Amino acid sequence: MDWTALGVSLRLGVGTVAILLPFGIWLGRLLAVRQFRGKVLVEALVTVPLVLPPTVLGFYLLVTFGARSPLGQAFQAIAGQTLPFSFEGLLLASAIANIPFVVQPIQRGFEAIPGDIRDAASCCGLTPWQCFRRIELPLAWPSLLTAAMLTFAHTLGEFGVVLMVGGNLPGETRTMSVAIYDRMQAFDDRSAGLMAATLLLVAVVTLMTTTMLSRQVRRRRD
Amino acid sequence: MTERQLTVSLQQAAPIPLDVAFTCEPGQVLAIFGASGSGKTTILRSIAGLHHPARAQVRVGHQIWCDTDTGVCLPPHRRAVGLVFQEYALFPHLTALGNVMAASGHRPRSERRAHAEALLERVHLTSLASRRPQELSGGERQRVALARALAREPAVMLLDEPFAAVDRGVRRRLQDEVAALRRATTVPLILVTHDVDDVVRLASHVLVLERGRVLAMDSVERLTSRPDLSFLREAFGLGSVFDAVVADVDTERRLLALTFDGGRLLTPLRDSTPGTRVRVRVPAREVILASAPPDGLSLHNVLAGTVAAMHEETTTGQVVVQVAVGRLFLLAEVTRDAVQRLALAPGRPVHALIKSVSIDAHRTVDGEP
Repeated sequence: MDWTALGVSLRLGVGTVAILLPFGIWLGRLLAVRQFRGKVLVEALVTVPLVLPPTVLGFYLLVTFGARSPLGQAFQAIAGQTLPFSFEGLLLASAIANIPFVVQPIQRGFEAIPGDIRDAASCCGLTPWQCFRRIELPLAWPSLLTAAMLTFAHTLGEFGVVLMVGGNLPGETRTMSVAIYDRMQAFDDRSAGLMAATLLLVAVVTLMTTTMLSRQVRRRRD
Repeated sequence: MTERQLTVSLQQAAPIPLDVAFTCEPGQVLAIFGASGSGKTTILRSIAGLHHPARAQVRVGHQIWCDTDTGVCLPPHRRAVGLVFQEYALFPHLTALGNVMAASGHRPRSERRAHAEALLERVHLTSLASRRPQELSGGERQRVALARALAREPAVMLLDEPFAAVDRGVRRRLQDEVAALRRATTVPLILVTHDVDDVVRLASHVLVLERGRVLAMDSVERLTSRPDLSFLREAFGLGSVFDAVVADVDTERRLLALTFDGGRLLTPLRDSTPGTRVRVRVPAREVILASAPPDGLSLHNVLAGTVAAMHEETTTGQVVVQVAVGRLFLLAEVTRDAVQRLALAPGRPVHALIKSVSIDAHRTVDGEP
């Protein structure tokens, strides 16, 4: 059992959620309530990571992060290390790969709020920010929970992107899913099986928590 | 122009054509009446700032809410409107009290709760203050919506088909509620409706809207006694609406005597006290014209007047005769044959025989004692 790998996986999961949630709320709400030109394109781009093979996504991210790209050079100048094969690079890659898992549930959540409710809020004298905080956010809350949990669970299971961008550095980029693959290659079936069971348990607990919490929210409301 | 008069002028070509201009004084209840798709709701939404027509001027007193000519346009949350939505649009995650408090943000934090509680008491919902909208009936939700609209202490009240989603009995009680609230608040009130009952019971003025244009706008009394509005005829049948005062309650003969500008009406007894102001509607179908005062009739009301105007309905061949009785105008619907036999023409003295009238005890228009 590789505890370090579990630590990396959990850090990556929590980190990805922390980065993506504010972004997902912003973009999800924007896509839900605003009509603008190019909206279809944005929606397609948001969904792309869902349909691309992880290796393809990983390849493009690796190219984008590389030492010859502006992003890679900027990161190296600031952090003094390369973006690929570092935890930071992995986190960024993971955030990009998980965009659909956070944006889509949140978009549906905000779309489910009737337009009249928003109009009523502004007619009650609430500023757009007050309306967002006091009316929209509480109403979209279950969808935020779903987005966070989906993203977390999916990050734990990500393999292709991690291997392409992060490689297999213990304590830095070796996540549970990579460690399992690693152990299997070494014919260490016992460790692989133990870690696989751990991941399965974490995933099931995460999804159960989500379902229970959102059911509780709904019950309180009905 | 009075200090808090609402002045509205809106023009747009799309998405639906709209070209209207009107004013509404504090204390008036203006009913915007028209078929669905005529632009009624768009007018309300434009006043509230939720819709932006190509050209718009919206003023309350000297305060400019919107003027496309000078580029002024306040967002909805800076316009003091109380808007009651058709489907109420209550906040589902907040209690009745929470909903009303949400619109009390202009008050200091410490006062908001008491302010909201007082409003819920006014709409008789104190015992349900901690319920969420899902736990309330349609009528109760409606009253929360009313209280919420009032909570902002609006300069203009806007009601969008407020009784469309409730059944008849609840509708009556809610109308009373609105009538009572209206008496307590002296702001312009605009009521969008397609129901004649709302107009008769609540409105002081009526704007008839057709395909985004003002077909007619006048006081209820004058508008309902016009013989030439076939729109009204199709929508709810012709018949003058006016105000009267209960002069006498005769329990022995089981009759009620009403006086109005120009005469006296007797109606079957109902629970009332002398001095009460009531709304009366005399449907044109219930009026018979006679050239001489008739004799030996079971009906009580024979009013002497003169023919003021006549209008022939091309579709039915019936003639609508407007009869001046004192300062009041009644409408009577007669056949073309009757017009010839009685030699009806403007200026001719006639007697109007009224078979029945409908009375509404809730006097809601301005000038109330």
